[in-house]
Amino acid sequence: MSELLALLKKMTSASGLSGFESPIREIIREAWEPLTDDLSVSKIGSLQGLKKGRGEEPRHRVLISAHMDAIGMMVTEVKHGLMRITEIGGIDHRILPGQLVTVHGREELSGVVVQPPAHLLPESAGDGPVEMKYLLVDVGLRPEEVAEKVRVGDLVSYAQQSLELTGEALAGHTLDNRVSVAATTLCLEALQNRLHDWDVWAVASVQEEETLGGALTSPFDIRPDIAIVVDVCFAKSQDSNDWRSLPFGEGVGLGYGPNIHPALYDAFEKKAKALEIPYNKDLMPKMSGTDAMAVQIVAEGIPCAILGIPLRYMHTPVETVSLKDIRRTGRLMAEFIADLAPDALDQFNWEE
Amino acid sequence: MKSLIQKLVETPGPSGFEYKIRDVIREAIGDAADDIRVDALGSLIAKKGTKTDHGLRVMVSAHIDEIGLMVTHIDDSGFVRFTNIGGINPLTCYGGRVLFMDGTRGVIGLDGLDRGKMPKLSDFFIDVGATSKKDCPVKIGDVCGFERPFLDLGKRMVAKSMDDRIAAVIAIEALKQLESTPHEVHFVFSTQEEVGIRGATTAAYGVDPDVGFAVDVTRSGDTPRPSTKMATALGDGPAIKVRDSSFIADPRLVDWMVKAAEDAGIPYQLEVLEAGGTDGRAIQLTRGGVPSGCVSVACRYIHSPSEMVDTDDVENAVKLLVKLLSEPIKLG
Amino acid sequence: MTKKFEVSTGIAPEIGASQIELLEKCCNATAVSGDEHEVRQIVLDEVKVIADEVKVDALGNVLATKFGRGDDRVRVMLAAHMDEIGFMIVKKHDDNLFEFECVGGIDERQLPGKSVLVGRDHLPGVIGAKPIHLTTAKERKNKIEVSSLRIDLGPEIGEKVKPGDRATFATRFELLGPSIRAKALDDRLGVATLIELLKHAPDNIDLLAAFTVQEEVGLRGARVAAYAFDPDMAIAVDSTPAYDLPHWDEEDENVQYNTCLDAGPAIYVMDRATIADRRLVKLLTETGDQEGIPYQFRQPGGGGTDAGVIHKTRSGIPSTSVSIPSRYAHTAASIARLDDWANTLRLLYAALTRVTPELLAGERRD
Repeated sequence: MSELLALLKKMTSASGLSGFESPIREIIREAWEPLTDDLSVSKIGSLQGLKKGRGEEPRHRVLISAHMDAIGMMVTEVKHGLMRITEIGGIDHRILPGQLVTVHGREELSGVVVQPPAHLLPESAGDGPVEMKYLLVDVGLRPEEVAEKVRVGDLVSYAQQSLELTGEALAGHTLDNRVSVAATTLCLEALQNRLHDWDVWAVASVQEEETLGGALTSPFDIRPDIAIVVDVCFAKSQDSNDWRSLPFGEGVGLGYGPNIHPALYDAFEKKAKALEIPYNKDLMPKMSGTDAMAVQIVAEGIPCAILGIPLRYMHTPVETVSLKDIRRTGRLMAEFIADLAPDALDQFNWEE
Repeated sequence: MKSLIQKLVETPGPSGFEYKIRDVIREAIGDAADDIRVDALGSLIAKKGTKTDHGLRVMVSAHIDEIGLMVTHIDDSGFVRFTNIGGINPLTCYGGRVLFMDGTRGVIGLDGLDRGKMPKLSDFFIDVGATSKKDCPVKIGDVCGFERPFLDLGKRMVAKSMDDRIAAVIAIEALKQLESTPHEVHFVFSTQEEVGIRGATTAAYGVDPDVGFAVDVTRSGDTPRPSTKMATALGDGPAIKVRDSSFIADPRLVDWMVKAAEDAGIPYQLEVLEAGGTDGRAIQLTRGGVPSGCVSVACRYIHSPSEMVDTDDVENAVKLLVKLLSEPIKLG
Repeated sequence: MTKKFEVSTGIAPEIGASQIELLEKCCNATAVSGDEHEVRQIVLDEVKVIADEVKVDALGNVLATKFGRGDDRVRVMLAAHMDEIGFMIVKKHDDNLFEFECVGGIDERQLPGKSVLVGRDHLPGVIGAKPIHLTTAKERKNKIEVSSLRIDLGPEIGEKVKPGDRATFATRFELLGPSIRAKALDDRLGVATLIELLKHAPDNIDLLAAFTVQEEVGLRGARVAAYAFDPDMAIAVDSTPAYDLPHWDEEDENVQYNTCLDAGPAIYVMDRATIADRRLVKLLTETGDQEGIPYQFRQPGGGGTDAGVIHKTRSGIPSTSVSIPSRYAHTAASIARLDDWANTLRLLYAALTRVTPELLAGERRD
């Protein structure tokens, strides 16, 4: 098993729902410890790793933002040994019935999401897909035991095991956005063997799926000169095949639109071409739906680039990604950063 | 405490026009605070305590604005058209009574009472008893709140603007009852929450706290057939918020708040609200981030002119807040 | 080409031929949210010769400062946004027709059968529509979805247009009697007004002029501009719709007109993003009353301006907005009155000359 695969499997085995990222943070911390000069945790839980550049102070700073939180569910009521749930982040309720989940109560319990029969639901529910507020989670225990072990506010995460598919594809849950954290890790690894002038701040940010909290707060304290946001983007599949989706496994998405500084887009495109790394323009005509929405407008503003790793079936337990695209993203970032000259900031301006 | 609640809920103060509420609060606080100031958006900030080695700078935020209406047009017959300030449910409007900031009173009427359809706010109008545009005492831009007297039912209390004046009362009581604290506490009586948590955003930036607590109302799930089931109920104690639709309370703080309540023998309930937002979000996302939580009071009929809370819940919320502020805060 | 310009403080600005010429240039330029280059260049050319400090920030805002004289100067920020609503090309189809997305709020019913200009080179194109002969009555009852519209630049457009390029309506600026008809009066009117105010900035204040980006996609530029400037007070200068047409049923009064043409600059008391600081509203109305400048109140209600993010910046900035009314905003052709523009400029200038530290000394009240 490649190291990348091992890292991904390790990360996807930990929970880390928006607002409750401690478990995944510890795994990332372990991976980043040997790769950084300093590791800190922001006041709301983002992991911030600094790899210092060479050269005299004051050095310019590049911030990499890869959100580590994931979507999931939360218990809203415990009654008759069954639980009601609400979402954390966006979940299409149609994929829930029959899903295996883990309920993180006083202990970890294995459960399944249940769609009650129609005669037990209000008439208004009809015979269409059942809304989340009517679904239940059954952990197979008797009501007295459940009442002791589970309470309102407990977290529920997908329990789907990750699957290795053909062509170096991997399917599993929370690949949004663990693949970007993995790409960032690969970048930090590559930088162990490259000299770089700028300081690199790798931030595994919190709460992207809910409030963009990490993306709003870490840059405020760090004040980078430029930022690279790494997130997943849509990959083409049978019913996601319009202009918003990129080909699967065929390259890194380079974000383009108001969230992105055009000079950074140009610089990344040039770098990808020079390294013969396949890429595709990832159009974001309005907002990008990534940490960049927040990072770009922190304090006096921060020029952003957005790198996208194409992913199918986003926000389901069977998200699918190509390991090749993860490696490409990590390498592109490392080479871009290594080539940032001390005065490179001047070229990222608006005088065209 | 109940007479303070009555004074606060019966004084009009929709978002952006909280100045009369500030005056009541200033008087209620008296000289119990070390310092009082008002910031650029009108939030009143009362400071108490000095930060010790075991202490932090703590922000406690209760919003003092309420939902209301603003005049958009006076027609030729003197009827007054309006728009909403904050979330107004058309169901609560028909036959409602309003009180303008200058004392003018009126009643809300409706164009054609068609019982089949839910009316829009633009179908309503306010009747202040004018007969023409010329003798109408209000003009475009004037502001009013709903008017209902405070009702003391003993175990329960009812009023409009329990959201969030009850929290302001809890904060004032906690401020006065706080005998010793290792912290520098900034009690923020914030403005413009109902229109987007604006006052708390700027107040938090100015205070720059280490930790924050919002105090607000939350829905209860204990009425017949609520549209979304919720485990919170009146009388089960102050609620420690786990999340609402805009905010995830810092789990380290939630654990610590639960422990504090259990230590002090204060009843509490855990709250997950699939709607709404509070000052907690604004505090949490300030500057480089601030671990934040929220103490909530379960409330029925929120954003109607008759919001109901439980008296014991309110008293226990004061006790809980005092307990939280009297000791060092453990962040996991 | 730079102009030599003498700062003329103490002389009130007026709308004359050169102001109209500048507005024409601004309106005809293409600057869709996120790609404000063309208008930014016009603004930079104008302000570089008059401002004491000029900076283009990380998002592309132009931040220009004109310092006043004397002690205790109030720092006044004025914001006008350079971006307009428009389109982004998202895909080239095999038939050489281009699929596009709207950037900013556009009613899709305004799109079919319009001419557009694409890219930095302003290449002409059309948004076609099916011939009526080939449609059915049933079909004509439904909106045409944006995803089915295409921009046609002719069969040999080749590689000259690519996904990511921006486009706008092709409407050219024209004077029609007392009116201006152009695209993007929202907010080129504000931009032109702000340039004039910078040229005539009075001595009693520091004028912090923010020509902002990305207002139409979430008030983004203004947020970082306000953080950088950290002013004492702020006024957004925008253009707001006038829905002052008659009700189709003549019996009914139009009670939701927002603003009216010919009624002068529109002062905001509340929109969906900002509850104005009444001290600033009072400054504006008293100025209007004393100087005999007509003004109106924009009806409280929906919408938002750059003030919506400015007032929430740092520990809060007293703010409001003043707009020039225009009909048919966010469509191919808007109409505004020259007089309304001139009166807006006069009102803002006169109000600026009346700003003193006492204005904001007390608490925010009624």
